[in-house]
Amino acid sequence: MNYLFQIRFILIQNRAGKTRLAKWYMQFDDDEKQKLIEEVHAVVTVRDSVSYALSVLFSQFRNFKIIYRRYAGLYFCICVDVTDNNLAYLEGIHNFVEVLNEYFHNVCELDLVFNFYKVYTVVDEMFLAGEIRETSQTKVLKQLLMLQSLE
Amino acid sequence: MQHYGCRQPLNSKEEENPPTCMERSPTQLCCRLARDVTGISKMPAVSKGDGMRGLAVFISDIRNCKSKEAEVKRINKELANIRSKFKGDKALDGYSKKKYVCKLLFIFLLGHDIDFGHMEAVNLLSSNKYTEKQIGYLFISVLVNSNSDLISLINNGIKNDLASRNPTFMNLALHCIANVGSREMAEAFASQIPSILVAGDTMDSVKQSAALCLLRLNRTSPDLVPMGEWTARVVHLLNDQHLGVVTAAASLITTLAQKSPEDFKTSISLAVARLSRIVTSASIDLQDYTYYFVAAPWLSVKLLRLLQCYPPPEDAALRSRLTECLETILNKAQEPPKSKKVQHSNAKNAVLFEAIALIIHHDSEPTLLVRACNQLGQFLQHRETNLRYLALESMCTLASSEFSHEAVKTHIDTVINALKTERDVSVRQRAVDLLYAMCDRSNAKQIVAEMLSYLENADYSIREEMVLKVAILAEKYAVDYTWYVDTILNLIRIAGDYVSEEVWYRVIQIVINQDDVQGYAAKTVFEALQAPACHENLVKVGGYILGEFGNLIAGDSRSSPLVQFNLLHSKFHLCSVPTRALLLSAYIKFINLFPEVKATIQDVLRSDSQLRNADVELQQRAIEYLRLSCIASTDILATVLEEMPPFPERESSILAKLKKKKGPGNLPDIDDTRWNVNGSAEHSEDTESTNKVTPHHPFTDLLNLNSTPSAGASLLVDVLSDISTPAPITVSEDNFSRFVCKNNGVIYEDQLLQIGLKAEYRQNLGRIYVFYGNKTSTQFLSFSSSVTSSDTLKTHILSTAVDPTVDGGAQLQQVVNIECLSDFTDAPVLDIQFRYGGTLQKIAVKLPVMLNKFFQPTEMTSQDFFQRWKQLGVPQQEVQTIFKAQHPMDTDVTNAKILGFGVALLIGVDPNPANFVGAGVIHTKNTQVGCLLRLEPNTQAQMYRLTLRTSRESVSQRLCDLLSDQF
Repeated sequence: MNYLFQIRFILIQNRAGKTRLAKWYMQFDDDEKQKLIEEVHAVVTVRDSVSYALSVLFSQFRNFKIIYRRYAGLYFCICVDVTDNNLAYLEGIHNFVEVLNEYFHNVCELDLVFNFYKVYTVVDEMFLAGEIRETSQTKVLKQLLMLQSLE
Repeated sequence: MQHYGCRQPLNSKEEENPPTCMERSPTQLCCRLARDVTGISKMPAVSKGDGMRGLAVFISDIRNCKSKEAEVKRINKELANIRSKFKGDKALDGYSKKKYVCKLLFIFLLGHDIDFGHMEAVNLLSSNKYTEKQIGYLFISVLVNSNSDLISLINNGIKNDLASRNPTFMNLALHCIANVGSREMAEAFASQIPSILVAGDTMDSVKQSAALCLLRLNRTSPDLVPMGEWTARVVHLLNDQHLGVVTAAASLITTLAQKSPEDFKTSISLAVARLSRIVTSASIDLQDYTYYFVAAPWLSVKLLRLLQCYPPPEDAALRSRLTECLETILNKAQEPPKSKKVQHSNAKNAVLFEAIALIIHHDSEPTLLVRACNQLGQFLQHRETNLRYLALESMCTLASSEFSHEAVKTHIDTVINALKTERDVSVRQRAVDLLYAMCDRSNAKQIVAEMLSYLENADYSIREEMVLKVAILAEKYAVDYTWYVDTILNLIRIAGDYVSEEVWYRVIQIVINQDDVQGYAAKTVFEALQAPACHENLVKVGGYILGEFGNLIAGDSRSSPLVQFNLLHSKFHLCSVPTRALLLSAYIKFINLFPEVKATIQDVLRSDSQLRNADVELQQRAIEYLRLSCIASTDILATVLEEMPPFPERESSILAKLKKKKGPGNLPDIDDTRWNVNGSAEHSEDTESTNKVTPHHPFTDLLNLNSTPSAGASLLVDVLSDISTPAPITVSEDNFSRFVCKNNGVIYEDQLLQIGLKAEYRQNLGRIYVFYGNKTSTQFLSFSSSVTSSDTLKTHILSTAVDPTVDGGAQLQQVVNIECLSDFTDAPVLDIQFRYGGTLQKIAVKLPVMLNKFFQPTEMTSQDFFQRWKQLGVPQQEVQTIFKAQHPMDTDVTNAKILGFGVALLIGVDPNPANFVGAGVIHTKNTQVGCLLRLEPNTQAQMYRLTLRTSRESVSQRLCDLLSDQF
């Protein structure tokens, strides 16, 4: 038994490769982060261009795998251990996106740009220390609204 | 307002290419996002008083910059502004401080360096406003590295917030610790967090954060997290009524249970109980935790993962409760979906796949295993590519269970079809893995044939791996050797470039050892060589086989000796040097087999292009073979060029079956490394003798017999040993004795893995760096290696943990520390396990840790030496042996070996200068043993006498055994 399941990082990128969120759960140095960002972009866009409808959403990547899903022009990517549960993280992404959508009232890319500091709060509510922290949308949104009301 | 309020024209580069198609499951959300992106929509949601207008303006400005230069200019302007504000006389209010820190953070995230503002960020921690604190913590989490001078200030802020009893502030502080996870933070807070976690009055959301914060610290600084009374109480969090707490706690407990399963055993029953309540609940019961009609899918997955830390529960009632849960999950997969949304089926299947993983992990309930297999079988034909992929992957592990292997096999046609029709290469790759895993004697021919035909068009990225798989399967399941020979030749024809040397060595070894296939092999290679362009590997195999067995087909006029020779020689000039060398050897074999072509071949050998070849090896072979053919009588020639004796084979379940007729006869000497013409670097110490073509086995060199056959054989056996017949692994000690007098080199090598060592010893301590090289282009998964010592009282061994994955072509290092407690004989064993292409590989290698490694050399004078020699005169203290030299008796080599053995070489001590004497002290933890040795060569008789005197009989004996093997 050598399970180390944990999220290594979460990335939100747009089609042009601009990072809209990067959340790291492991120590990487800056160069390595940059390299990972570029590699992930290459992986998700290459597969995307082949045939999106018929391509597998999970991609073997270095020692890890990238589980990703595209929403309009944004790629939401979660990098986990190869033995981790693909579908659980795939839906983890969707759950997260639905929360963002509620929180920002129909989220769009610019919301993530202008409110980048709030996106971190949303992430921390739902994922912490590389693990899923809270999955209930109701609970997360309630907490976010409470925080929003604070000064 | 207008700076950011109106959406920028959406032709900027970030939002080009508005998507034309949504993913298959367009949700309302996607449509909204798409609408947003196409620019028909709303304004960014900056509102409700906490928006920082200055920040939004700044972000808008940056977005409006037309060029990189403009952006840099705007940023520099802003940095100057912030700097002056921070330096200014006027104290900044909290809001401004927050705003500027946030701007700095934004600039940093754009990729610019930030070298100030840290202090202001830390100041924000002491604000009593949430929004200010939040920005302070965010800045620290993203930007402050652990060795910052500010760490004590930061820790102070965190400390205050943890003590504040304000759940919001406590959470901010806990998230910061969890995000940074530095050692300093662990030192400061690791002992405090457990009490927050288990305190009765802690708010649920704080508990969630505390659990995961503790998990992070346990990962980064396990030594600082004290285990204690809290661990028992943490387990009971699985019973918590707040499912969010259970979700967080399940991760923590799983991590802790992996490290010390015994301490967290009570979590099994709690996890089963919780799981049971979830899977049997009506979908509305769990309200907030129901996701698209699936009850708490993520928590279920986590609980199923936790259970995978343990074997099946021993308690019968608990076991049946768990079985019920798993059956319920399998049943639900058959029920009609409660929603057409892909989210529903994904969530449901996430739980299902995890349940199947647990069933496979337990590998104890045949009914469940077969049901799991049937379920996956349905998915193999599902219209969702993702599901087909996952089913193939999951079935691969099912194939290795004895209970479900047969059930997996029934899906062979579907899998073959997937190999042919799947559009995504990663899915095809999984299909290859599964075919390999489900292969056994009954379907080997079909699977190998399908893999061969797929190989013709296979993606380049997976060819090498496929070639290896086909070669392994072909050998493992060869019922008749003609099929095996055909398969390998086909392999070389289709994918010659990807056929490694081991594969063609192996086909030759098998043909040599199986006399019933030799005629067929000769005929087949002869035919294969007719192709105008054939792969060089085929020329090698052809040259070798015709050189040995060409006579078996020479009766047919279409393959007469001359025809055979001309055919081979027509390839000669297109080949590389090693192949030409091999062909020259085949020619001299022809001279022996077919006297009628002697003159023709002698002419070829005599030609300038051979005799004056620029390559030394080719030139030497040509000269020597020509000379041999001229002066040797027919009898001598026949003896020298006799057919190759069978290759030695290691006993194994598979090879034992393969080896039907020929018993092991006149075996070449495997230990002798001198006939290695291909001289890899590793053997360079022997180069002075490599070029002497010895008259005894002129051919053994070509096969690099010294190292490859045994390693190759072991690969083909060990690689497969756990698929269906878990044969006991034999411990490889092939290279063990080579390490007696040296510390560095390759200890083990097969087609997949190379293990190199680098060792250093001081007194009774040793450190070995073990390097695991992945020779394939595919990743090894679940890699683990551990060192076991049969005699723990005598050596004490500690090895570092290794990464569970090794990338293709990558090398992994492990450090093994050894302490010698007292004198010992048995060497420790390195046990390696990993998954390659879906199947488990197990390798055991004897680590070259011998008693002599703990020698410290001792210089002494002649007088001292003989005085001590006499003192150690009791018969039990002396061990002597007389043995025949196995290597040329070369003084320099012997000197080097004695030094390498670890003793000081004492020059001028022995009255006879031809003798070697040495002295040293063996260091163990308990004692030190002085040791004197004397080696007397007798060059005429090619014998040595070795005498060892130590104060301990067992030490003398062991050292004598080790050293006498080396000359």
